[in-house]
Amino acid sequence: MPATKKVHVTTTINGEEIDFLCEPRHSLLEVLRDNLGLTGSKEGCNNGNCGACTVLLNGRPVDSCLVLGVEVEGAEIETVEGIACSSSLHPVQECFLEGAALQCGICTPGFLVAAKALLDKDPHASEETIRFNLAGNLCRCTGYDKIVRAVQAAGQRMSADA
Amino acid sequence: MTTTQYRVIGSRPVRHDGADKVTGKAIYTADMKLPGMLSGFVLRSPHAHAKILSIDTSEAEAMPGVHAVVTGADFPNVEDKIADLGEGSVNLAYLSTNCMAQKKVLYRGHAVAAVAATDVHIAEEAAAKIKVEYEVLDSVTWVLDAMQDDAPLLHENLLTDSLGKKAETPSNIPVHMHFEKGDVAAGFAEADVIIEREFKTATVHQGYIEPHAVVADYNEDGRLRIWTATQGSFTCRQQTAEVLQIPLGNVLVTPCEIGGGFGGKITVYLEPTAALLSKKSGRPVRITMTRADVFEASGPTPGSYMRIKLGAKNDGTIVAGEAWLAYDAGAYPGGMIGPGCMCVFSCYDIEHAVVDGYDVCLNKPKTSAYRAPGATQVAFAVEQLVDELAEKLDMCALEIREKNAVKEGARRVDGPVYPPIGLEQCLDALKQSEHWNTPLEGPHRGRGIAAGFWFGCGLKSSAACTVNSDGTINLLEGSTDIGGSRTSIAMQLAEVLGLEAEDINPQVGDTDTAGYTDVTGGSRVTFATGMAAYEAGRDLQQQMKTLAAELWDCSAEEITVNEDGSFSGNGNQLGFKELASQLFAAGEHLVGRATVSPECPTNGFGAHIADVEVDPETGKVTILRYTTIQDAGKAIHPSYVEGQLQGGTVQGIGWALNEEYFFNDDDTMANADFLDYRVPTMLDVPMIETIIVETGNPDHPYGVRGVGETPIVPPPAALANAIYNATNTRMTELPMSPPKLWKAMQSDPSAD
Repeated sequence: MPATKKVHVTTTINGEEIDFLCEPRHSLLEVLRDNLGLTGSKEGCNNGNCGACTVLLNGRPVDSCLVLGVEVEGAEIETVEGIACSSSLHPVQECFLEGAALQCGICTPGFLVAAKALLDKDPHASEETIRFNLAGNLCRCTGYDKIVRAVQAAGQRMSADA
Repeated sequence: MTTTQYRVIGSRPVRHDGADKVTGKAIYTADMKLPGMLSGFVLRSPHAHAKILSIDTSEAEAMPGVHAVVTGADFPNVEDKIADLGEGSVNLAYLSTNCMAQKKVLYRGHAVAAVAATDVHIAEEAAAKIKVEYEVLDSVTWVLDAMQDDAPLLHENLLTDSLGKKAETPSNIPVHMHFEKGDVAAGFAEADVIIEREFKTATVHQGYIEPHAVVADYNEDGRLRIWTATQGSFTCRQQTAEVLQIPLGNVLVTPCEIGGGFGGKITVYLEPTAALLSKKSGRPVRITMTRADVFEASGPTPGSYMRIKLGAKNDGTIVAGEAWLAYDAGAYPGGMIGPGCMCVFSCYDIEHAVVDGYDVCLNKPKTSAYRAPGATQVAFAVEQLVDELAEKLDMCALEIREKNAVKEGARRVDGPVYPPIGLEQCLDALKQSEHWNTPLEGPHRGRGIAAGFWFGCGLKSSAACTVNSDGTINLLEGSTDIGGSRTSIAMQLAEVLGLEAEDINPQVGDTDTAGYTDVTGGSRVTFATGMAAYEAGRDLQQQMKTLAAELWDCSAEEITVNEDGSFSGNGNQLGFKELASQLFAAGEHLVGRATVSPECPTNGFGAHIADVEVDPETGKVTILRYTTIQDAGKAIHPSYVEGQLQGGTVQGIGWALNEEYFFNDDDTMANADFLDYRVPTMLDVPMIETIIVETGNPDHPYGVRGVGETPIVPPPAALANAIYNATNTRMTELPMSPPKLWKAMQSDPSAD
């Protein structure tokens, strides 16, 4: 039995208006994964330390494990599932694949969301800026080298495409 | 050096599972959802060491939404029996009580009960209502303390096995190992310079980003289906069946995509518990560890105490070595002391050597494998002593390594004689590197180098390749793919068949579909499962030769498989795809298959260069530049080889500079989360330059050596040597975190 009554929330996820019911204690990450079947956002720590659950909330990257489901009423949310446009990958996804910037892949969705948010603002971000902005996303497999390079390459591709 | 030109091998195709993993479609265990599935929560010991006097689950069971509760009483009694896990072995009685405590808890985080409910929050609330009465016992978490006669005993009947002889009184030391070659006393008598030091390393964790997770569905007919984050579905099946005392054939393990393992996802923790909750509730049950559970209850790597002595002659020849090693096993016997002993002098050809090693139980979680388990600790010690010898002898750190590096024919202290190996070539690549030839200047800066070794094992692998009507291939193999191995295996099959990597659809099978395959560990998958795929391709070609002979009206001996994979004979020639299509149309459905079990280690050597700057005010180390050099034998997919080198190096950097289990006064872990445990972030490390050396491994059709583990071995030593060259302070303790380094710099009169 739920501890408290569920709350009705209306929000926009990846451009689509969605409404859901959730308990006040459920995090946005739980709502995405368990209620809405959007399991691309991953749980690595559930306390905001690893960044595997990063989503964009009104354009800002946040750890969705630290946001409550009831807080997103009226908000716009973008998850890893919304990065690719229909059948073609986004440049940041392409560059991660071409640059072998993932190994196990569990941190990848969070990195992609955070990297896209950075590159949308600053496609020419320097290595230092990338490292600073993505330091909240942990990867234990790659040593980060190829991730940084993939983000740089994606920025170049986005500028060229623009 | 290998000179063969390949079409596919050495290229960098996009991995087959790539699109799934960048779009969020890849299914990891925690993403699984079955109809009626319940969520589990494990209640864990708050004490480091205690007797369980009673457990009352009645209140939890009565809670609405709760469908099952299990405790140790629900687990079958498992007798002492050693089971081979592929890489390492385990006593099943210990494995069972590590999954769920029986009479005692041996570490904070030890499972004591578990609940399945309709929602994980309800399960957690119910777990909080389970009443466990404990009698708290004295505990011990430092290896030397645990070896004392008056130390708190973890296992009342544990008798030290020392060279096959059992001790008469119980202790916390399950095993004493001893290896010896030559005449050590004579060796040291010959030496002109002798250096002896003590070293300590802290307990560190593999730190995979995906917590352990499992879904279990126990059917009424006795069939148990498990989806899990495992490095080895077959060993998971075996362990689960043994702990539950059910027939192995009743268990189906499906490996989901896995979010990192590094050796820590071989042992089962949750599977038997989830299975029993499912059996009791009649519904599928999913359990995911919390991050704190991962730190407190899944396998870290041993903390260690080491006392090592090296002696060298004036010409730089290292003539004698002596090592006394004590490694944490954690709460149960079976730590990483064995490989520690075997690796300690593995990089140097030392005529006289002796090693004593002790596996020591104490009140920490049971240790498990972590990337070259046991090797990083000893490298931290020995590689510093080698630098010290060089300094005393007025030699260059590289020169003394070149002089003493093991090569083909050298015998390791534990017995094996090396086949052709690549340490000399790695040191040569280091010497030629742009990094080594670029002077490092500036105050508080230093450069250090270190060598490293890991065996790399073969074990058992299987592969089957089914030919489609268009000549593409479905490849079924059983190695869970942690870092792109589907592709590195598929590339070897593509090479042998004359196809492109994209013509192969690799699939990681479950235990019902794939042939038996040992764990993804021991740096073995690209080597051994790749070899299985190669052999499966050869098997396919043999079958196709026979059928082509019928088609072309000649004998099979007259059919040739050309270098490009095409077939020719009796005046005909067809490419693989064309012949395969014709055969398919003629009604031939082809499946090539192979099983392999190469016994020879692949012997991966590496050498690293680190440039650091040390802040004299704080002791903080900044890595200015880092180069990782390794003999890969032959790099199948160079990007993923580089990725292994870079990833292993950064784990080694974390081990060197930050990572550490801190313990409270009551021996419970104080920093069981990522923020306080602090694995390296992107901001903590520079780009990691890589140099892949390819000496070719004669035991593999394409010359592959395992590469995954060696890169973690040299970093703490290379950084310690760099720190010494920057500060004149010898760091003999890991991690070399700012407070420790700062303190050492204050107390060392010779420091800058």
